[in-house]
Amino acid sequence: MNEAITADRGMRVAKKKKDRYIWRLVYDIKNHKMVYCMLLPVILYYLIFHYVPMYGAIIAFQNYNPADGILGSQWVGLANFIEFFGSRIFSRVLVNTLRISLTTLIFSFPAPIILALLLNELKNKIFTRTTQTITYLPHFISLVVICGMIKDFTTEDGIITQICALLGMAPQNMLNNPNLFVPIYVVSDIWQGIGWGSIVYLAALTGIDQSLYEAARIDGAGKFRQVWNITLPGIVPTIIVMLILRMGSLLSVGYEKIILLYNPLTYEVADVISSYVYRRGLEDFAWSFSTAVGLFNSVINGILIFGTNMISRKINNTSIW
Amino acid sequence: MRKTTKGIKASTGERIFNVLNCLIMIGLIVVTLYPFLYIIFASLSNSNKLMAHSGLLFGPIDFTLDAYKAVFKNNSIYTGYSNTLTVLVVGVSLSLLLTFFGAYGLSRKNLVIKKQLMVFIIITMFVSGGMIPNYNLVTGLHLDDTLWALILPGVISTFNLIIMRTNFEGIPDSLEESARIDGAGDMTILFRIILPLSLPIIAVIGLYYAVGIWNSWFNAMLYIRDRDLYPLQLLLREILIENEVGAMGNGADMGDALAVSETIKYAVIIVSTLPILVLYPFLQKYFVKGTLTGAVKG
Repeated sequence: MNEAITADRGMRVAKKKKDRYIWRLVYDIKNHKMVYCMLLPVILYYLIFHYVPMYGAIIAFQNYNPADGILGSQWVGLANFIEFFGSRIFSRVLVNTLRISLTTLIFSFPAPIILALLLNELKNKIFTRTTQTITYLPHFISLVVICGMIKDFTTEDGIITQICALLGMAPQNMLNNPNLFVPIYVVSDIWQGIGWGSIVYLAALTGIDQSLYEAARIDGAGKFRQVWNITLPGIVPTIIVMLILRMGSLLSVGYEKIILLYNPLTYEVADVISSYVYRRGLEDFAWSFSTAVGLFNSVINGILIFGTNMISRKINNTSIW
Repeated sequence: MRKTTKGIKASTGERIFNVLNCLIMIGLIVVTLYPFLYIIFASLSNSNKLMAHSGLLFGPIDFTLDAYKAVFKNNSIYTGYSNTLTVLVVGVSLSLLLTFFGAYGLSRKNLVIKKQLMVFIIITMFVSGGMIPNYNLVTGLHLDDTLWALILPGVISTFNLIIMRTNFEGIPDSLEESARIDGAGDMTILFRIILPLSLPIIAVIGLYYAVGIWNSWFNAMLYIRDRDLYPLQLLLREILIENEVGAMGNGADMGDALAVSETIKYAVIIVSTLPILVLYPFLQKYFVKGTLTGAVKG
């Protein structure tokens, strides 16, 4: 009996709270019409261009036919997902995606950290600034141009092929060789991103208390010990935050770059989930199927980012929310 | 005092490290810059001699501007430029306006819907409908084959919105309060206090949007079919990736077309990247400032 009363009261309080919220909102809108007028187009943008596509993703559970629309198309439940998981292509795109993103993670994630540490040790300020300016540059060059350059430099008589030939590789169109696709992808990724990626770490480095180095020097610690025991611990939180952000996109490797670089000869190693979605959806018009594949991708991404965030909060007390 | 510590620490090992470090940096500079230099040299070279040449280039071979002449004789490069510029001007203005609106609203301390709105917006950073539903939306709104398809879908970048909001929140409340006491309304506060104080961050965000628009090609590939609406990057993709220099070579006679094609490619790269290469050194520090504001928040 008592419980019922408390529950009832709880509900009433909640309702009151809700009423109060609505009244507060009405009051706020009345008083700050301009602010709400400004927010309205922003809210509309997010509704139309982000939330409508989320709703549109339900065609993953349908046999979607543009003529019938979302409401008129036939429901098929998980059939599209089952078809994807059962197909030969599933393991190929999954393995490729993981291979490319893990290789990028191992090689191109630490590169900017190392660069930042090295830049930090440079004595000459002008030289440091010049190096920074120049290494940031490729970040601003369009992907199409970068990939055009890669493509041109790796043809049979391209400049990179010639250099590799000097090192003993047989001259060939390197982008047609499945064994070379991932290395080309990763090396160019490092080349384009190393400078820009180092900015965040350089900023973290300036936050380290300089007196720690004095103290370490007096205690007789060499350069390496100083880097290992002071510098690195100082930027670990930044590294972890960057790592979490990176993990979230583990399964969405830069597909734009892949679509620009791959060709049927290298599909077996280069075709990733997103490029497959693109080909099936917009070249073969398998709407529902490719939406299902895309949805699978986003769900895994979500799990990865939440997972990494949780683990890092437990171990390190660092998290992005 | 400083001098003595420096004297103590400059051991032989460290000196070797410093020299090595400098060498690594010089190597990095060369590796970063040389591809661009190569393209500049090649675009200024005689095409036949360039094809016969192998190995590194340390200057144009038989200097000529033929490739650039061929590029500028072609209309599609002008159409591409003007389409990209149109999207750039309209897109950046609209993006800045909406980002400013959103950031200003969200930076207000006592906005009743602040928390809910923030969640509503942040969710979109992690969850998206995916490529196909987005495509269906844009075609459903009949934006395909219009330049709006390149502007509207990404008109607000959530990341930029948050950077700008963080910046607005950094403006001291006391400024706003004292203005209110003097009888200023929302409008006056916005135009007389917030806006003048935020011009630097607005410029930075504007630059971000501009670079993003200049370099984007994927949406254009999805939505633009009409060749007269091709932005620069889509044209570049055709020339550089799909090797359809033919699209470029009209006007030159066919015999030369193949030989000219290589140098034309390089010239097209330079012509389309020049604005960024020229402006970049002056704008660099603003870009860095922008990332750092974002990073501090993250």
